Amino acid sequence: MELSRRGFLKIAGLTLLGLAAKPGWEVVSQIKPIEPSPAPNYFSGKKWGMVIDLKKCWEAKEEDIIESINACHRIHNVPSIQSIKEEIKWIWTIEYEKTFPEHIHDFNEEEYKGRSVIVFCNQCDDPPCTKYCPTRATWKREDGIVMMDFHRCIGCRYCMAGCPYGSRSFNWRDPRPFIKKVNLEFPTRTKGVVEKCNFCEERLSQGLLPACVEARKDKALIFGDLNDPHSEVRKAFHGRHVLQRQPELGTKPKVFYIV
Amino acid sequence: MYDGKKIIPGLILFLGIVTYPIWHNTVSGKIDYVPKPKIPADKKECVEPKALIRVNHKDLLDDWKMSVVRSGIRTYQASNKKIYTMSLTRTCMNCHQDRKEFCDQCHNYMGVKNKCWDCHMYPKELKAEVK
Repeated sequence: MELSRRGFLKIAGLTLLGLAAKPGWEVVSQIKPIEPSPAPNYFSGKKWGMVIDLKKCWEAKEEDIIESINACHRIHNVPSIQSIKEEIKWIWTIEYEKTFPEHIHDFNEEEYKGRSVIVFCNQCDDPPCTKYCPTRATWKREDGIVMMDFHRCIGCRYCMAGCPYGSRSFNWRDPRPFIKKVNLEFPTRTKGVVEKCNFCEERLSQGLLPACVEARKDKALIFGDLNDPHSEVRKAFHGRHVLQRQPELGTKPKVFYIV
Repeated sequence: MYDGKKIIPGLILFLGIVTYPIWHNTVSGKIDYVPKPKIPADKKECVEPKALIRVNHKDLLDDWKMSVVRSGIRTYQASNKKIYTMSLTRTCMNCHQDRKEFCDQCHNYMGVKNKCWDCHMYPKELKAEVK
């Protein structure tokens, strides 16, 4: 059969078109995959913060302060290990002059000196710890809570070096034997994992207040949404002198102290 | 064959050692052992159908973990539209009270090691600890 150059090109073109028909049709006729409905954003719009009324704390009994510490440690299965090197703490007390070293001068009011101040993770708005974490085991949630994913922590302790407040503790050993009564609702940790206060995010999700706040009947600890101008935390600021721990570091703590 | 006196006994010895697990299990009567995960008698259904759970339970648990820890979503809608709390301790272990009778059955058989129990507790373990 004699085939002209023109004829060959025609047949070749038609063949290509024919071959392209099926895949082409598939592209056009494809049913659009169902778009997953956007997951509800559980965190947006809120910015959790805490106000600690130092005056009320200092007026309160020693047992009340210990109770709010114990309430937290009980719920979160925090082991009580006595050695300073290995101890695990989510919430504890330190002296006023060590909490606010930048406020200390020779003429400080004597009444403040040596007074214990309740401290825990500041849930910084610009947290240094999360920047150091090589595995993203710690990160800042949209509602401002600095979270820990214990599953992902490799125990490098960079975050501990990064935290200027010493809010993080490392499990040098299996903590289970040091927990008096295990709370089934919250996992324990394992050896080689860093832990810290999580602002009771598991309680917040159930609509409960953090354990330390709930334990205080005198409202010395006030918890709420910093974005809401009518919230209790924001109201607590009015007319009071508000302190943050070492604000000059630029970490923007969300735990405030009023005196 | 050169050195047949050495090679043939050597081969027999080699085959004997290689097949040791098989005949050891045959002699001890474990050859037809199959893991028997104990299923709670009073519970009728799992979160998802059995076939799916059998293959995908690890992915499901991983998804749950990511969902709870990372995005704060704590409830799971199963394919039968039922809502479950995403929790190993409270949902899974609520029915399968003892991991030794359920999880470990297959995991030990297959030589699977997981670290769930380093941190997560299960009701039976807690009871034992209290005693």
